This record gives sequence, structure tokens and C-alpha cells, in this order.
Amino acid sequence: MNVIKTLALGAGLASLLLSAAYAEGLQGKVIGFSQIGSESGWRAAETSVTKAEAEARGIDLKFADAQQKQENQIKAIRGFIAQGVDAILVAPVVATGWEEVLTEAKEAGIPVVLLDRGIEAPEDLYLTSVASDQVKEGRVAGEWLVANVGDKQCNVVELQGTVGSSPAINRKQGFEEALAGKANLTLTRSQTGDFTRSKGKEVMEGFIKAEDGGKNICAVYAHNDDMAVGAIQAIKDAGLKPGSDILVVSIDAVPDIFAAMVAGEANATVELTPNMAGPAFDALQAYWDAGTEPQKFIITESKLYTPADDPQGEYDRRKGLGY
Amino acid sequence: MTRPTVDLRPTQPPLPRPRPLAHFFTRPQVIALAAVLLVNWLLFPGFFTVTWQDGRFFGSLIDVLNRGAPVAILAIGMTMVIATKGVDLSVGAVMAISGATAATLVTNGIPAPVAVLAALGTGLLCGFWNGILVTVLEIQPIIATLVLMVAGRGLAQLITEGYIVTFSDPLLIFIGTGSFLGLPMPVIIAAVLMILATLIVRRTALGLLIEAVGVNRSAARFAGLSANALLLIVYTFAGFCAAISGLIVAGDIRGADANNAGLWLELDAILAVVIGGTSLMGGRFSIPMAVLGAMIIQAMNTGILISGFSPEFNLVVKSAVIIVILVLQSPLSSRLFRRLPGAQK
Repeated sequence: MNVIKTLALGAGLASLLLSAAYAEGLQGKVIGFSQIGSESGWRAAETSVTKAEAEARGIDLKFADAQQKQENQIKAIRGFIAQGVDAILVAPVVATGWEEVLTEAKEAGIPVVLLDRGIEAPEDLYLTSVASDQVKEGRVAGEWLVANVGDKQCNVVELQGTVGSSPAINRKQGFEEALAGKANLTLTRSQTGDFTRSKGKEVMEGFIKAEDGGKNICAVYAHNDDMAVGAIQAIKDAGLKPGSDILVVSIDAVPDIFAAMVAGEANATVELTPNMAGPAFDALQAYWDAGTEPQKFIITESKLYTPADDPQGEYDRRKGLGY
Repeated sequence: MTRPTVDLRPTQPPLPRPRPLAHFFTRPQVIALAAVLLVNWLLFPGFFTVTWQDGRFFGSLIDVLNRGAPVAILAIGMTMVIATKGVDLSVGAVMAISGATAATLVTNGIPAPVAVLAALGTGLLCGFWNGILVTVLEIQPIIATLVLMVAGRGLAQLITEGYIVTFSDPLLIFIGTGSFLGLPMPVIIAAVLMILATLIVRRTALGLLIEAVGVNRSAARFAGLSANALLLIVYTFAGFCAAISGLIVAGDIRGADANNAGLWLELDAILAVVIGGTSLMGGRFSIPMAVLGAMIIQAMNTGILISGFSPEFNLVVKSAVIIVILVLQSPLSSRLFRRLPGAQK
């Protein structure tokens, strides 16, 4: 009898442990992910990283590409609710118009996590949001420049993102905050390069001509790596050495900027991590396991990369992500 | 073509198109370009400084020519399309397709000349497709080419699989950034294409036929012209021009950026054609003037870059200048011009 009792107890315990382990991970959870679309390399990388993160945790990820349209996202979210998923991740294409569909999700008891961008809606409609701090990205880039230029007089030119876009406004603000009070660092020129390589190159060409063939420029700060890659080509075309004659600092950490670092042509980049889903899954797990309400705004790290951080390795690691 | 001009100098032999040099310099486009360049020079005294560096000319003026070349090439094809009373909205997307094709092929080990021919071939094919929609299916040009404008960019993204496909092939890079006789390759290509196209349409009856189709397609057909064949040629040529521009833009950044290559450039090309005095109602057209229009637009862009204005003003300045140019060209101002003492007409 005793033996049987012990066995039964053991089996019960084991099954209890097993189910605990089951609840602990996100194994078998069904999570819907409404992605904006594939407007940039970074977005493609975010999609592939999200899929990889989900697979590593044993999550059954339902992926929906909205092709840059909010109505597609709303349709996708309604679809997820109808399927009875455990949670929904949304990278919202616009900031407004989400109250109705998020209320439907809330009534169905499905937690929603926003990725990458915020929305204008009551905060109780979503569990949390995971995003980067764009002002901080600009500040980190500026601080790197301040630390590396020292007391030398340095004229900085800036390649802005698309006029009026929030990353352009915030990355400019953060960079200016870092440079504030440094008399030797002056922002002499600032123009928009629309976040593209060809515009970055064209604008940099103009700056070089206007600043005495580039002799009056000590550093270029680009709001994204693509413009920096274009600027590097313009600097080379003018017969100058990017990375030494003109310092190059930018934001995003896409593979091609690491290739430029390997060649000694770029000096620093601040990472906008494509891994927004990792922290989102962690928050969901903590919420389900221990019932802890995550903080409303989870800020991802803005990590600085320089040629000292194994650019070749970073390039290889990122190349396959879809950038 | 539209208004008869009276030549007051009877001694001059009746050439088919008398174009005295003085007449050229009183054209509103030339005056506008001179004015924009003058303003650039006032904003930045070194604007006209051209130096010799690394075996090529180097300076802001060269930048204007070089950066204006892709739109100028688009404008050459677009002029012919607009002269037939059509419009081609798809050229920006065709640029993306062409660049994507060339870049993807060379990165997969295909020899560069083959890749270039393939890219030009896709351009011809895209243009031919537009032509078929316009002629056989008789869809309005603005809608027919809108199809490819929207779908073409998606097609380019499919080819590149959403990546920016970078390459280091010397031939492709040469097309975008190389130089010949000290001038950037894009400038050479644009100049050669402009001269060839102008000669072909003006030294043969082709130009006249295009104008006839543009003024009245049915009348041209009843007069025995095969208007459809002509339209097919014109749209195919516009696609070909777009493919060349696409190669230049891709070679320039050493990569095919399907999302951004040629984005909104169809509008710049149409604007260049209109500034060049070609009527959107079909008929009268001028290829060199359209190229000049492209240069006016680029001179403005370059001027804004070196002026140091904050970027929020870019579009405001650009639109203000364009309004002034279009007003200069309007019938009202040409009537006023004619009253000025010393005016030719």
C-alpha cells in the first residue's frame, strides 16, 4: 500500500512539477503579431527576430503583415481575437484610431503589447509597450562625439531624417542636448537626407562643397546608418578619408555600417534593437506566471558600437536578419 | 506649333525651324535657370568654382549636372509621352526595378554587361506593358501607368527580397560614379541621350508624327498614321530611359534600394517637362528644354543644400520658385514680354 501511495504521490508531484514548468515558459502559447509591413530593412529584421524569439520559447506565433495599412492591422487583430489567441503584439502603423479594436481585445481578456511605436489611447487598453528612447539614441551618439573630440575645435554637420518624423525630431534633440555647453563643438549645417543613402550622399556632397572642400567639417552625425553610408561615399569622392578626416557617427546599427567600420570608414553607431519582441515576451511571461503588471513603457537599451566591438562579428551576426 | 510667329527679317532663308541664339536666351526657362544659378552664387560665392581633382572636375556646378542627370534622362522619355497627350507615372518604380535587377544579377555572379542589358531589357518590357495598356486596352495613360507605379515598387522589393542589395561590381559603379573627359558618367549619358533623341525626332518625321498623335489621336489615325505603334514606341522608350536612370542611381550608392530608388521622381520628371514648355495637352514639345527644366529643379535643390536654410523651408522655397517659373511662362506674361521694348516678337 505504502509503495503505491508513494508512487501515486510521486506521480502527482511529478505531474504538478511538469505543469508548473509548462506554465513557467511560454511553451505552447499562441500569440498573434500584427506587423506594419516591410518598409525598411530594420522592419524586416524586427520581423525575423520576433519569429526567432518566439520559436526559441516554443510560442506558436501567428504573423500578419499589414502592408502599411491600419485597416489591415485592425482586421488582423479582430482575426486574432476570433481565433482566441493568448496575447497580441502590435507594431502600430499610426498613433490614432485604436480604441475600438483594443477594447474588443480587452473584453475578450487578451493582453495586447505594443511594439516599437506608441499610440494615443487610454493606457488600460494595453498591457505594456516596448520601444526605444529616440532622444536617448541621439544623446548617446552626441556623448560619444563629445568624449572623442576632447577640447579640439570641431564643426559638426548633421544629416536629418525625414522632416517632421518623430525619429528625426527626437534624435536631433538628443544630440543637441549632448552637445549643449561644449563651446568647441558647433553644429554648423543641418539638412534632411530623408533617411536614404542617395539623399545622404547628395546632401553630404553639398556640405563638403560649402565647407571649403570638407576641410571645415570635423564630424558628420546621421540620423540613420543608411544616410551615413551615403555620406561616407561622398567623403571618399571628395578625396577625404571618412573615419579620420571626417568622423562618422550614426544610429540604427544595420549590417552595412559594421562593414564600413571594418574598413575604418565609420566611427560609431547607436543600436536601435530589432528585438522588441524579447522584452514583450518576458513581460507576458511575468504577467501570466506571477501576475506582475509590467511597467507601461519598457525602454530598450541604446547600445553604442565602435570599431572596438568586433564589427566583423556584428556584421556576420546581423547579415542574416533581413536588414 | 500653337501660335504662328512672324519673322520680320525677310533676308533670312526659310529654314524649317529658325532658332537665333538671342531667341534662346530670352526663353523663360533659360532666364529662370540663370536666375536660380545667380541666387545660388549670391548665397554661396564658391558656387561656380570648378576645380580639377583626381582626374575629374569637382564643384557645385558639376554636382548640379550630376544630380540632375537621372531626372533629366527620365524627362527625355517623359517629354515624348506627354507630347502624345499621355503621362507615365511608373518611371520611378521602373527605376527601382531596373536597379534591383542589375544588382541582384551581379551579386549572383552574372557578368555585369549581361546584368546591365537585363536591366535595360526590364525597362523596355515595363514600358511596353504600359504601351499595351494604353493602346490595346485603351486605358487612360494616368491610370494605365499608375498600375505599374504601385505594383512596380512591390516587384522591385520582390527582386531584392526587401534588402538593400549592395554590390562592388566596377562596371555598375562606373555607370553611377565614373567619369569620362572629366565629367561624371551620368552627365555624359544624359547628354548623349538628349542629343540622340533630339536628332531622331527632329531630323526625321517622328517628332511631327508624335505631335500629330498628341494633338488629335483619332485625326492622326484617320490621316493614315499608325497611332498605336507610335504610342507603343514612345512608352517603351520612356521605360528604357527610366531603366538607365535606375542603373545610375543604383551605381551611385553601390546598391539597389527598392524602397527609395526613384521614389517620387516621376513627379520631378513631369515637372521638368512642364517647366520645359511641353504642353500637358499634347502636341508641342521640346526635349532639350525638358532637360533644362530638370537642371532648374536640381539647381534649386543644390542651392537649398548649400544655402544653410533649415530643411523645413526646402519645399516652401522649391514651390515658390516653381510658381514664379510657371507664371513667367504663362500666356499673360508672354503678352507682357512682347510689349517690352526690344523684344523679338
